Amino acid sequence: MAIELDPGLLRRLLRAKDRMDASSHEAWPVGRLAQVSGVSEAHFARSFREAFGLPPHRYLLTRRIERASALLRDTDQPITDIAFQTGWESLGTFGRTFRDITGESPGALRARVRSEAGALERVPHCIVGAAGRPGLTIAVSEKRRREAQGTKSPPANEEPK
Amino acid sequence: MSQGVDVVGIYVRDQDEALAFYVDKLGFRIHTDVVNGSFRWLTVQHPEQPSFQLGLFVPGPPMQDEATAQALRALVAKGAMPPMVMTVDDCHESYARFVGNGVEFTQEPLERFGKVDAGFRDPSGNGWKMIGEAKRTTAKTA
Repeated sequence: MAIELDPGLLRRLLRAKDRMDASSHEAWPVGRLAQVSGVSEAHFARSFREAFGLPPHRYLLTRRIERASALLRDTDQPITDIAFQTGWESLGTFGRTFRDITGESPGALRARVRSEAGALERVPHCIVGAAGRPGLTIAVSEKRRREAQGTKSPPANEEPK
Repeated sequence: MSQGVDVVGIYVRDQDEALAFYVDKLGFRIHTDVVNGSFRWLTVQHPEQPSFQLGLFVPGPPMQDEATAQALRALVAKGAMPPMVMTVDDCHESYARFVGNGVEFTQEPLERFGKVDAGFRDPSGNGWKMIGEAKRTTAKTA
């Protein structure tokens, strides 16, 4: 249980999470994150998951999707530009992952949010962004597999890469 | 005397460390610092907001049992407590000053929708957003 992790370690894990938040478009291999937290790679991956409920690479994915969604909503930038700006190396991977996680394509999300009125104007922008962050309690590959099968089997026991 | 919210408290891991942060790095002032046995009532104030006190409290006895205190310490360290929002005249100026004082920023000033916002944390893990108006004449694109 996360509660048993030392608060000093948790604070350093939070620093790694903050760094991913600040630069989610950058590559964050476990070694780089572990260095931010001042722990070994193996210790980092295990502790991060224990502390925040999902492996670091998956957390990064949620941040990239959140940021791409915000750019789709708030700017007129072409989807290709948004894909590369938020850390994807190909438009195809971006579109597919985005659809798998959010349930709609980047273009469909843009069209939908633009047709909805801005009721969130009085909430600080950074909070609105976080509120729209996708929940990713299972791996994207698992989500894909289940949708392909049309089943709702219990989540597979995934180990962080 | 007017009615309203007087004190809001946050949990910190160490009151001396928190006091040094809020006073020396952010420029707050001590409002009350009273020790009663193992309990220390510590509040600070923004220099321009005399009607409001920010309480800096440590989880633990006599207010909480040790297991509860441990859970609270973990939550704060994980950044799970809700963020606070500070209004400033000039977010870029405050950012430069706070960085110079050694504040750990989580987000550099970013201009959007007529405002400039930045984010930082206190040593315990409590998150702050800092928001100022975008100055049209000196607006920078982040």
